[in-house]
Amino acid sequence: MLKPEIKNYVTPKHIRDYPTGPSFEAGHLVSINAGWRTFKPVVDINVCTGCYQCYLLCSDGAISKTDNKKIEFDYSFCKGCGVCAHECSFNAISMVKEELAK
Amino acid sequence: MKTQMSKQKVFISGDEAVALGVRLARPHVISAYPITPQTIVVERLSEMVEDGSLKARYIHVESEHSAMSAAMGASAVGARAFTATSSQGLLYMAEGMHYASGGRMPIVMMNANRSLALPWSIFGDHRDSLSMLDSGWIQVYVEDAQEALDMTIQAFRIAEDAAVLTPFMINLDGFILTHTYEIVDIPDQSKVDSFLPVFKTPNKMSLEKPKSMGFSTSPADNMEFKYQQHKAMLDAKDIIHSVDNKFGEIFGRSYGGMLDSYYCEDADYVLVTAGSVTGTARIAVDNLRSRGIKAGLIKLRYLRPFPDEELRAAAGDVKAIGVLDKDISFGYEGTIFTNVNSALAHLSIRHVSINFIAGLGGRDISIKDIEGIYQDLEEAVTVGKDKSFAKVRYVNMGVEIDG
Ligand code: SF4
Ligand code: SF4
Repeated sequence: MLKPEIKNYVTPKHIRDYPTGPSFEAGHLVSINAGWRTFKPVVDINVCTGCYQCYLLCSDGAISKTDNKKIEFDYSFCKGCGVCAHECSFNAISMVKEELAK
Repeated sequence: MKTQMSKQKVFISGDEAVALGVRLARPHVISAYPITPQTIVVERLSEMVEDGSLKARYIHVESEHSAMSAAMGASAVGARAFTATSSQGLLYMAEGMHYASGGRMPIVMMNANRSLALPWSIFGDHRDSLSMLDSGWIQVYVEDAQEALDMTIQAFRIAEDAAVLTPFMINLDGFILTHTYEIVDIPDQSKVDSFLPVFKTPNKMSLEKPKSMGFSTSPADNMEFKYQQHKAMLDAKDIIHSVDNKFGEIFGRSYGGMLDSYYCEDADYVLVTAGSVTGTARIAVDNLRSRGIKAGLIKLRYLRPFPDEELRAAAGDVKAIGVLDKDISFGYEGTIFTNVNSALAHLSIRHVSINFIAGLGGRDISIKDIEGIYQDLEEAVTVGKDKSFAKVRYVNMGVEIDG
């Protein structure tokens, strides 16, 4: 999966430990961005045809192609919008309540 | 103000003085949209770029919002950027101005102070820049064309200082300064080059060291970045003083840093001004002094950062303070008055302080008007002991008003 690496974030102790203005070395993600999701997309691999409609339409780039020509989700960045489930012509994706999903 | 004569003197308008100052500062990028009464600045700069006397990229944009955005883009790759605007144009930049200050991009901008619509007016007052007082830009107000040129050069050095990295707005009163002609001393390019170091910023886009610029923050970090911006603006005060002193050493002119006081040492009545009206007020003070009245004057040069300590030191033991505002914050009073009173509130003594709203939409302010202000202050001290008096007064209103 193509996925940004989460780097360790040391909470600054003093104001001078912050960068000068909101700029920092590129590719340095300090936190996942999925805290607000209520429903998460779950794919039924047996139904998925590998058409990649969801892959193209996910507004967060949170869907990756897998080696077996199917898809997988990056749950660290998926915001749970449900676009993929809505767009899948084969109903291969269902939106499952976060606490019910394993 | 200390002055020293030199040979390179020219007879130019305030706008032209700014353009010459910009050329001396050697910016890489100028992006601007013309608006009266700023137009001459950008006309001259585009001519300089065309004739090759200024090696910069001039970006013709379709609006002020784009002018500010392009200046930010330039600053983000480590280029020295300049823009200029006025009035409605400044307001159209408003979104970008907060962006630039939050992104710590030391862009320098000239603003020709002009009234805000409606009623439509191209004439001067301070309502445009004062409405942007909270945008995180350093704001200086100049008195004449020479100061306009000199501050254009100083502005880059102050804004780009590593401890500051904050954008800088130079305010010139529309028409009164932008379009009147004065003799201006033009500094040597070589001296300006030695005064103004090459722009370096930690926030630079580059292929060698890619940066993620202008990121978002969660509530866990946002406040720290805002504090950091505030701190840089407060720290700018020391830099403003040292840069002004250094400028004085090299060019023979300095301006007093945060404010300039005139006859304040023994003054009973002090008027606080900003911008070109200070010149008129100096004459009024001279007249009053010759009649034995202890009048003094404080020109607030910077309104952000605000010269609170300097103000307390200069006006600590006077009998009454007047504040001349070319502005009303509708529903309250003049904005400079509010700021001055807040600074004075830290003193143990309570001053008689009166706000004089004047010059809105280009209304003239004469020497006589200012002498009248000092008379009001004198009367308020005598009368104020047993009677309340109007705290906010309107100079030169054309009609009678209640209260
Ligand atoms: S849209 Fe449906 S079928 Fe197509 S790849 Fe996505 S999950 Fe599989
Ligand atoms: S729920 Fe939305 S964000 Fe998550 S994978 Fe589907 S389309 Fe992308």
